[in-house]
Amino acid sequence: MASIAIRGVKKNYAKTAVVHGVDLDFASGEFVVILGPSGCGKSTLLRMIAGLEEISEGTIAIDGTVVNKLEPRERGCAMVFQNYALYPHMSVAQNIGYSLKVAGVPAAERNQRIQAVARTLELEHLLDRKPMALSGGQRQRVAMGRAMIREPKVFLFDEPLSNLDAKLRVQMRSEIRKLHRRLDATSVFVTHDQVEAMTLADRLVVMNGGRVEQVGTPAEVYSRPASRFVATFVGAPAMNILEGTVELDGLSLPGGSRRLAMPRAGLPVGTKVAMGIRPEAVRLVAPGTSGALSATVDLVEELGAGRVIYVDLDGAPFSVMTSEAVHAEPGSTVGLKISPEDMHFFSSETGSRLDVFKASVPEPAL
Amino acid sequence: MEKRVTFSRWTIGILFAVPQLLLIFTFFYWPAGQAVYWSLTLQQPWGGGNIWVGLDNFRSILSNADYWHSITASLVFAGISTGLAMFIALVLAALTDRQLAGSWLYRVVLIWPYGIAAPALALAFRFILAPEAGFMAVVNQVWPGFWDPGLDGTDAMTSIIIAFSWKYVGYNFIFFLAAFQAIPRSLIEAAAMDGSGVIRRFWDIQFPLITPTIFFLLVINITESFQDSFGIVDIMTAGGPANATNLMVYKIYSDGFKGLDYSGAAAQSIILMILIVALTVVQFRFIERRVHYR
Repeated sequence: MASIAIRGVKKNYAKTAVVHGVDLDFASGEFVVILGPSGCGKSTLLRMIAGLEEISEGTIAIDGTVVNKLEPRERGCAMVFQNYALYPHMSVAQNIGYSLKVAGVPAAERNQRIQAVARTLELEHLLDRKPMALSGGQRQRVAMGRAMIREPKVFLFDEPLSNLDAKLRVQMRSEIRKLHRRLDATSVFVTHDQVEAMTLADRLVVMNGGRVEQVGTPAEVYSRPASRFVATFVGAPAMNILEGTVELDGLSLPGGSRRLAMPRAGLPVGTKVAMGIRPEAVRLVAPGTSGALSATVDLVEELGAGRVIYVDLDGAPFSVMTSEAVHAEPGSTVGLKISPEDMHFFSSETGSRLDVFKASVPEPAL
Repeated sequence: MEKRVTFSRWTIGILFAVPQLLLIFTFFYWPAGQAVYWSLTLQQPWGGGNIWVGLDNFRSILSNADYWHSITASLVFAGISTGLAMFIALVLAALTDRQLAGSWLYRVVLIWPYGIAAPALALAFRFILAPEAGFMAVVNQVWPGFWDPGLDGTDAMTSIIIAFSWKYVGYNFIFFLAAFQAIPRSLIEAAAMDGSGVIRRFWDIQFPLITPTIFFLLVINITESFQDSFGIVDIMTAGGPANATNLMVYKIYSDGFKGLDYSGAAAQSIILMILIVALTVVQFRFIERRVHYR
């Protein structure tokens, strides 16, 4: 177990900056997931913790010791790579035991520990095989075993599940979670998959363009996204964004005289805002219902447990998720009811969250 | 199952193979067959018929101490120059692989020696290693008589080994570098995370993973050191002094075209061919087992 403190960490490749000053604190024993689109600098950050990438500026401390100048092996981290990076010429047992062999652990003890790890990961029958002869899930397990056997203080995962099929991914997800609980190490897990991130994380770090957008529990990040980017990146289908202007009688949407009731207090009249609403927070009502927006149905996606209805709202794409059995034919008109308390507001210029008092104004007549 | 292109009629397949078969027949089987025939007959130096002598040519060659000396010299030359060319190239490639800035330059520059014809390169080395001028002259001034390839057989052998190795270092380097680069970066990183240092990583991870390339280069280098050495020997030492550098391939030429012993030369070339084939078979039988194919 170890805490990790990241202070003003930057990474530049020649002239290009990929990480622009990151400050983060990971508590001992925490499961932290770094989530972001590809190219956001999340893997680079992880590799800087591991010691595989030089830190251009700032410091990274593990358990209070600044590790900037330490070799990877001196940092007490173990890493699971995206493509597993198993040594193709070694058997499963040799792969798992390699770090012990390098450390000069006697063969008897080494074998004992390899057996123990193999038992945990149900790899005992595969110990003599070469990685070539393993399935994706088995390779994944071997990669985990190789990281586990050293009993590291810090576990680093670089998108380890992205090469697996959907079913295995769900299974490995829960195994990783269980393993983390058992091993009692600090885990840092990098992914671009938000479902993976939400399900695994104690704490979620959302990154974009080399910056940290938000840090919080998955529930916090979902219910109070700190920026427009986080709002649209976390949650599926993505949050709807409607650009509008704050008026005395509510939010005015472009392309018409439509007004939406909104909790206005705190935002001056005339402010240009991006209003966000989760597809699952929108209610479908009969067209023409008072206070509802009307829209044309484009497409219905049936998910079994629910359905996503994509509609056209004055030319803007908009989605609604409902678990009710609605019958919406493409081309038909539906009413959309949006409650003021479900709205999120972001600055049109900076994209950062604008907080409004939770006081709604009376619904205006449309 | 292996995928195969199939032709509806076997004649089409044959037709496709014909140009290549013609080339192989004209430039390999025919001359080789001719050599076998000559080696079993006594050819007149100026033409005008031949006499069937069976294996007499082989008997006479193999009972000649000079020939055994030539075989020994060839084996020494092949062993040392292959080892040297491969070792130097391996070290250079391993170093280049670690610091990649400008590696394209090394690649271009290091392939040039291989592109130089053996006689041209031999001429250059004859000047470079001349005992009477240049660097070796300075050494000779400090230790008189230290270096003279014209008198000392070992010096002469050293000279041709240096020239040949220099040519093949570039060739081997390209293959080694490509092999190193083909190793996924993450494997090296995983080994680093496992606590393995630079040298350890080289022996545990990189070296085993480039064994297919090492094996390939070993076969090529040994074969070439028996054959491609001709130009170098001819220009630098002409087989001397006192036959010290009279390698098998050079002896074939000098016996055949200077001594006009066509039959003996033909028999020698058959023996050389058998030797190379045997060495290659040995390598495939015993060394290839230790190769890790990915």
